[in-house]
Amino acid sequence: MIVTENLTKFYGSVKAVEGLTLRVEPGEVFGFLGPNAAGKTTTVRMLCALIGITSGHASVAGYEVGKEDHQIRCNTGILTEAPGLYDQLSAERNLGIFAQLHEVEDVAGQVERYLRMLGLWGRRNDPVGTFSKGMRQKLAIARALLHEPKVLFLDEPTSALDPEAARLVRTFIADLKQEGRTIFMCTHNLDEADRLCDRIAIFRTQLLALDTPSALRRKLYGRTSVFHLRNAGPKFVKILQSTANVHEVQMVDNKLLATLDDPEKQNPELVRSLVDAGADVQFVGELRRTLEDVYLRFVQSPAEQQEAH
Amino acid sequence: MRKIGVIIRKEWSEVFKNRFVLFTVAFLPLVLTAIPIIILYSMSTSGDAGAIGLGDIPGNVNELCPGMSGGECSQYFLVSQFMLLFMMIPLMIPVTIASYSIVGEKTTRTLEPLLATPISTIQLLAGKGLAAVIPAALASWGSFAIFSVAAHFIASGPNVSARLRDPLWLMAIFVVGPLMSIAAVCVAVMISSRVNEPRAAEQLSMLLVIPLLALFFGRIAGFVLINEALIMWMAVALVLIDAGLIALAINLFQRDTILTRWK
Ligand SMILES: Nc1ncnc2c1ncn2[C@@H]1O[C@H](COP(=O)(O)OP(=O)(O)OP(=O)(O)O)[C@@H](O)[C@H]1O
Ligand SMILES: [Mg+2]
Repeated sequence: MIVTENLTKFYGSVKAVEGLTLRVEPGEVFGFLGPNAAGKTTTVRMLCALIGITSGHASVAGYEVGKEDHQIRCNTGILTEAPGLYDQLSAERNLGIFAQLHEVEDVAGQVERYLRMLGLWGRRNDPVGTFSKGMRQKLAIARALLHEPKVLFLDEPTSALDPEAARLVRTFIADLKQEGRTIFMCTHNLDEADRLCDRIAIFRTQLLALDTPSALRRKLYGRTSVFHLRNAGPKFVKILQSTANVHEVQMVDNKLLATLDDPEKQNPELVRSLVDAGADVQFVGELRRTLEDVYLRFVQSPAEQQEAH
Repeated sequence: MRKIGVIIRKEWSEVFKNRFVLFTVAFLPLVLTAIPIIILYSMSTSGDAGAIGLGDIPGNVNELCPGMSGGECSQYFLVSQFMLLFMMIPLMIPVTIASYSIVGEKTTRTLEPLLATPISTIQLLAGKGLAAVIPAALASWGSFAIFSVAAHFIASGPNVSARLRDPLWLMAIFVVGPLMSIAAVCVAVMISSRVNEPRAAEQLSMLLVIPLLALFFGRIAGFVLINEALIMWMAVALVLIDAGLIALAINLFQRDTILTRWK
């Protein structure tokens, strides 16, 4: 649905995006993660044919960016980084204007459909200046959907919102995901990316990593089993270390952490040998690295990582 | 074409919610229509207008008053002087509307979503431009109509009111006025791209009134003679100026430029 090849953008001599190559499949929710000034907004703007590309290629919904810009605008919807609404105008009018500009056939019907979906039908005549931030954001997303675009771009959909409003918006995005829409989402919120996105790109001017959230975790950290013992001690660490295919063993308080190739197969054996050696096993679980750990590993320079520890 | 219409209606429903814009659009024509009517009225009723001889009027103005008495001619001169100010309507209304509609789009951050729709830059500019020019044209034509009807009843002689509706002023109002509006909108668009305050854009663009005032005072001082030829030349010059300004405005108003440089 989105294909980029060596996509590059310079602002004068400032390099904003360099050699970005990726593919987003139909129906996928794709997370685009990166620190401030990484070039996320720049990338989205290029893909929506809002700004020109310096070099490389990109196609969206089968149309070539830079050559078939009109078709791209017809087939994409974008929630911009700072999406404004016409505060003086009603919710209905705000959507109506955009539906007309997109040459939607049944303007009134489409506007009604989305206002009802947002639970705003009752307030359709109120000026949107009176709406809460979360409502405005949802309205802005709906505005990008009126023409039923093939691809929806969301540039930091929850960044300026309080937790409650953010949740409202996130639920709305989850609903859109259920409908099978292709969504390209820039975000700083790693938890949100983890929950909503099928795949994630970590990006800072260049592409640093690209995979599903769980694969990224696994690649970086392997899989780690946690054994809670009532009587944890170095003796048990040694036992785990001397077992084949156990890579790294750590003791933290009364927990033993072991990085394994195949926990499903190895855990029973390990529990057995621990118990045989006299360990009182209370729980066995898997350590879930947060996506934040993964993200920071990629995005921080080694010096920054030192500092963080 | 439909999209231009959508933009025009959108601008109107938004910009006329602004009290300041509404005030300019409604109040300015009202005042500028009332002033010449009042002058005409007071001159006609005070009676001493007839006492003014042709010699009291700047010499070259006499050429414009064939077959009029001194009183009639001075009445014509004074009122037509204010009709020059009348030409402020097609300048100031579009500047006000365009400044608010473009800078407003920047401050509300609605420009980017708008540009992401399949509307061409020219359609967007045309919509915004027409949204500013149409009310100006309607306001100045309406005011002129009211003034003409009033002049017909209160001017001291049929000569005067006929002269106020001769081709010279008709051309000024119906041709030069709209051409001035177009120039004003282009200038307002260009200035709006550089400032972040609608009032600042408006005030800068208002500098356009200076040539008009120059004409006004030039005429009082007797340097300038406003006749059909001058209005003709103004129209021709404005057509050329408009063409240049439109090309320039469209050039400055490219998507890429707006999004990356309009800060
Ligand atoms: N109009 C512009 N002119 C010059 N440089 C720009 C412009 N817009 C962005 N840049 C630069 O390009 C780089 C990428 O900016 P961009 O806005 O795409 O980052 P971002 O990932 O969206 O950041 P954020 O998380 O803050 O939104 C930055 O270094 C920025 O300074
Ligand atoms: Mg950004």
